[in-house]
Amino acid sequence: MTPFPLLAAAMLSLSAPIAGPAAGQMTSSAPLANTQLADPQQEASAQALMEELRCLTCQSQSIADSNAPMAGDMRHQVRSRIAAGESPEQVRAWLVERYGDYVTYRPGLDSATWPLFALPVLFLLVAGVILFRRLGRRGE
Amino acid sequence: MIAEIGLAALWLAAGLCALQFIAGVLGVREAGADGAVHPVSALARPAAVVQGLLLLVAFACLLRVFAVTDLSVSLVADNSHVDKPFIYRLAAAWGNHEGSMLLWVTILGLAGGLVALFERRMDDRFMKAVLAAQAFIALGFLAFLLFSSNPFARLNPPADFGAGLNPLLQDIGLAFHPPTLYLGYVGLSVAFSFVVAGLVTRQAGPELARVMRPWVLAAWVALTLGIAAGSYWAYYELGWGGWWFWDPVENASLMPWLAATALLHSVSVLAARDALRTWTIMLGVVAFSMSMVGTFLVRSGILTSVHAFAVDPERGAFILGLLAIYVGGGFGLFALRAGALAEGKRFALVSREGALVFNNVMLSGILAVVLLGTLYPLAAEALGTRVSIGPPYYNPVSAIFAVPMLLVLLVGPLLRWKRDSLSRIAVPLAIVGALLAASVTVLLLFTDAGVLPILGLAIAVALALASWLPLRGRKLKRVPLALWGSMLAHFGVAVSLAGMASETAFSIERLVAVEAGESVAVGPYQVTLQEVDPVAGPNWTALEGRLAITGGGVDTVLRPQARYFTDPPQSTSESALLTRWDGQFYAILGDAAGEGRWQLRLWWKPFVTLIWYGALLIALGGLLSIFGHLRASARSRRIREEVARRRAEKALL
Repeated sequence: MTPFPLLAAAMLSLSAPIAGPAAGQMTSSAPLANTQLADPQQEASAQALMEELRCLTCQSQSIADSNAPMAGDMRHQVRSRIAAGESPEQVRAWLVERYGDYVTYRPGLDSATWPLFALPVLFLLVAGVILFRRLGRRGE
Repeated sequence: MIAEIGLAALWLAAGLCALQFIAGVLGVREAGADGAVHPVSALARPAAVVQGLLLLVAFACLLRVFAVTDLSVSLVADNSHVDKPFIYRLAAAWGNHEGSMLLWVTILGLAGGLVALFERRMDDRFMKAVLAAQAFIALGFLAFLLFSSNPFARLNPPADFGAGLNPLLQDIGLAFHPPTLYLGYVGLSVAFSFVVAGLVTRQAGPELARVMRPWVLAAWVALTLGIAAGSYWAYYELGWGGWWFWDPVENASLMPWLAATALLHSVSVLAARDALRTWTIMLGVVAFSMSMVGTFLVRSGILTSVHAFAVDPERGAFILGLLAIYVGGGFGLFALRAGALAEGKRFALVSREGALVFNNVMLSGILAVVLLGTLYPLAAEALGTRVSIGPPYYNPVSAIFAVPMLLVLLVGPLLRWKRDSLSRIAVPLAIVGALLAASVTVLLLFTDAGVLPILGLAIAVALALASWLPLRGRKLKRVPLALWGSMLAHFGVAVSLAGMASETAFSIERLVAVEAGESVAVGPYQVTLQEVDPVAGPNWTALEGRLAITGGGVDTVLRPQARYFTDPPQSTSESALLTRWDGQFYAILGDAAGEGRWQLRLWWKPFVTLIWYGALLIALGGLLSIFGHLRASARSRRIREEVARRRAEKALL
C-alpha cells in the first residue's frame, strides 16, 4: 500500500472538470434534477437533505451544489422519494445502503465513526480540567 | 537566461541560509560559555538580509518568465498560455505548486531579513537563536524547492502554446488569496522562531511577548484577509452560493487562524501581566504547527481539490518529513524546557486574564474539533472505510465551544486585570444580558430560524453593543490605539456573525426553467429573463443571460454567464451579483431546458455581505493594534534613551 492512498484517486479525478460545469450534455436530464417540488415544505426538506449528501463524482461538493450528471440523478431520486412521502431519514438510509457512509456529510454513530463523537467529549473534559486547574483553585 | 539567474539566486540563498544557521548556533553556544562571541556569529544578521534579497531576485525572475510567457520553462508551459491576459499571466506564477512554494520561501526570507534588520529590543544571544531557528525552517523549504519542486526547470524542446491555467483560478481573487495566506503562515513561523529562542535562552517573559506581538498580529490580520478572500472567491466563482463548506482546504487555513487568535490573546496577557508563560509558548508552537499542517494538507496533494495542483507522492513524503521535523522538534524542545519556565503571575477567576484563559481554551477546543474532522476521513480511509464529514457535523460540535466563548466575549473586555468582581460591572452586564434575551425572544416569536442561527444573531446584536462598552468611563481622546483596535475587531466578529446567521436562516432559493420574457419572484424582486446570447472573451466563449431585476427600489440588468474555456478545456458558471445594503441577489445561468427554456438558479441572501465586511473590520482592528503597540514601544524606547542620556550628562557634571 502506498503511503498516500488518496493519490491514485486524485490522479484520476484531476483530469475531470473541477467545479460543476454548465455545459449542455454534461448535466443530468432527470426531470426533478433541477425542478423544485410544488409543495414548499417537501422542497425545503429535500433541499436540506441534498445539502448533506456528497456528490460522489465531484471534489467536496454536496449534490445541491453540483452540476455533475450523477448529482442531478441523485437530486431527482431525493425529490421523487420525498414527494412520494418518504421521510428524509428514510431517503438518506436508502442512499447510505446503496453508496456507503461516504455519501452523507452527517456521519452516523457506528463502529467506524465513534471517535468522532467520543473525542469531542474528551476535548470538553480536558478543557474543563484545564479551566478548573487554572481558575478554580485560585478563585478567592 | 532569466530562469538560470533565478535558479542561481535560489542556490545562493540556500548557501547563505546554511551560513545563517551555523552563525546563529555558534552565537548561542559561545556566548553562553564565557561571554566571548564566535566571530562567525556576526554574519547571521547580514546573511539573513542578503538571503531575503536573493529570494526576491529569484521570485522576480519567476514573474519575468511568466510575464513574457517563456515556454522553454516547463512551469510556464504547464500553467500559462500565450493568449492569457497579462495580470493572469503574472498570477499564474503563484497559481501552481512550484511557484507558490517559491512565494512562500520568498516571504519567509523577507520576514527573516526584516527581523535581522530592525529587531533590536532583545539581547544578541536571543536574536542569534531567533535567526538560527528562522534559517532552520527556511533550509527545509529551500531544499524542498531545489530537490523536488524546481520552478525554473527547462523544457526541451519548448512548448508551442502552453497548457493554460485552470480557468477557476483565472480570477482577481486568486491573485491575492495565496500571498495573503502565506504572509499569515510566515508570520506564525517568525513567532515560532521567537518562541524557540525563548525556550533555548530561557527567556519567556513580557519582553518576548512584546517582540512577538507585531508578528502574531500581522500573521493574524493576513490570515483573516486570506480566509475572507478565499471564502468570497468560492462564493461568487464556484457558483453554488455558499461561503463556507468546511472543506479540508478551507479548514487548513482556518486552523492556523484559530491558533493565531488564541496566541495573540495569550501574548497580550503575557505582555501586560507576565502571566500564562508556558501556555503562550505552547500556543506559539501549536500555531506554527497548524500552518505546517495546512501547508502539508494543501501542498502534498493528499486532499483532492482545486488546490492540489501537485499530485506526486515524493513531494507529499518530503513535506510530511519537514512537518515531522518542525512540529516534532518544536514540541520536543517545549517538552524539554517548559518545565524549567516559571509559570508567571497568578490571577483570580473573575479577571481579564480569567476571561482570556477561557477564550483560549475554547478556541483550542474548536481547533481540536476542526483538526479531528479534517484528519479523521484520511485516517479512516487508510483503515479501509470512507466517511464524509461536513457542516452537519462541524456546525453543532464546534458550537459547543464557540457559543460559551462568544458569551464570555460579551463581558471579558470589561473586566480588570488580576482580580475583579461581577458586581462592579453589574450595570453593563444587565444591559447586555437584557439585549441578548430580548433578541432571542424576538427571533423565536417572529422567525422560524434554527437554534444556531438564532443564537448567532442574538449574540451578534449583544456583541455589537458590548464590544464598545470598554469605552465607558474613559476619556475618548485618551483611549489607546490598541484598545480601539481590539474593540473594532470584536465589533467585526459581531458583524460577521450576523451575516453568517442571517444568510443561513433567511436565504431564499428559486430554481426555475423559463423562456425569454417569462418572470419569476425571488424575495423582494421580480426577475425577467430577457434573452440568452453568445459572447466571447480573450480566451473563452460564453452564453450570457440578460436578467431584468425590478422591485424593492431596483431596476437593473444582471448578466450571468456559462463560460467555456479552451486551454485547458473546461466550463465555469460566472455568477451575477446585485449588491444592496441589506443583502445580495445572486443569479446563475444553467442549461438549456428544451423548448426555448433556460435553467436559472436564483437566490436572495439577506445581509450575506456582512460576513466579509465583518472580516475587514476584524483585520482593520488588528492593524490598528499593530500600530498602537509599535508606537507605544517606540515612545517608551525614546523615553528610556532620554533618561539614559540625562543620567550620562549628570554623571559627566
